[in-house]
Amino acid sequence: MPCLNPDGTLSPTARRILGALPETASPEAVSAEVLALETGLPLFRVRASVREALNGGLVVEQAGLLRRTALADDLLAKSEVAAER
Amino acid sequence: MTDTLAPEPKAEPTMPRLGQPAPEFEAITTDGVIRLADYRDRWLILFSHPADFTPVCTTEFIAFAEIYPELQRRGVELLGLSIDSVYSHIAWLRNIDEKMGVHVPFPIIADLDKKVATLYGMIQPAESKTEASRCVFFIDPKGILRAMIYYPLTTGRNMAEILRVVDALQLNDAAKVATPANWVPGAEVLLPAPATAEMAELRMAEHLPGTRDWYLTRKAAPVPEAEKV
Repeated sequence: MPCLNPDGTLSPTARRILGALPETASPEAVSAEVLALETGLPLFRVRASVREALNGGLVVEQAGLLRRTALADDLLAKSEVAAER
Repeated sequence: MTDTLAPEPKAEPTMPRLGQPAPEFEAITTDGVIRLADYRDRWLILFSHPADFTPVCTTEFIAFAEIYPELQRRGVELLGLSIDSVYSHIAWLRNIDEKMGVHVPFPIIADLDKKVATLYGMIQPAESKTEASRCVFFIDPKGILRAMIYYPLTTGRNMAEILRVVDALQLNDAAKVATPANWVPGAEVLLPAPATAEMAELRMAEHLPGTRDWYLTRKAAPVPEAEKV
């Protein structure tokens, strides 16, 4: 599920996944399996999206646990602003 | 004696084999780029169809969408494939939704370079050199190819049989039993045949009510864990 729309904004799935991930500053991190449970998305979709998010610098992974990056925080904040307009 | 060498064998498309790891792939789908490994820890049915916007395939996609909730209950995902573009897939799925009122909830691989179709032997050249046949691959949570069924272009698949194969494979794993001809969930199952003369002797000595001979013993279907009180 592509994370980024052609205009550089986050796709709905990406917003769902990144929104469920701990923020950059948080000491917490979650696995793809937990993320699938929290978002209600199938595990294969989460894995495919996380891979893309990792490549795009939106997520960092350490020992299989995931956390979003400052770039993801920024894009999420921009999506929320756009949604409010 | 002659110096003439035997002709090099022609490179044939690969055919996957039962009991071996299903060939790994990364493919463009209607849900973006997906790898086979993304399905690890879940069952996967990978299936191919000849072409979008064709009659038999349309009825099959409606039927696959209808059994999708049943497959989900069994922990099974669906992944379609044809040698069409992702735009064709999107247009076809939107058309099925709009004209037939059926939402197709699973992704489809756009295998324009025939990479996945070739890996899985989906192209049967005597039938068509440009379309995939109607193939069904049952891949277990460890990525092992457990069953495959091939149908010709003319013959739509039977969803009851696809569910039956899933049920049989999952029961084989859970209860270490085999399933006889025409087995359906709840019906009697078979004990695996003894593999040695000593085990055959033991099987006969057990005097099990379902034993017809040392190699053929039927027994009642095991009760699924969820139904045990």
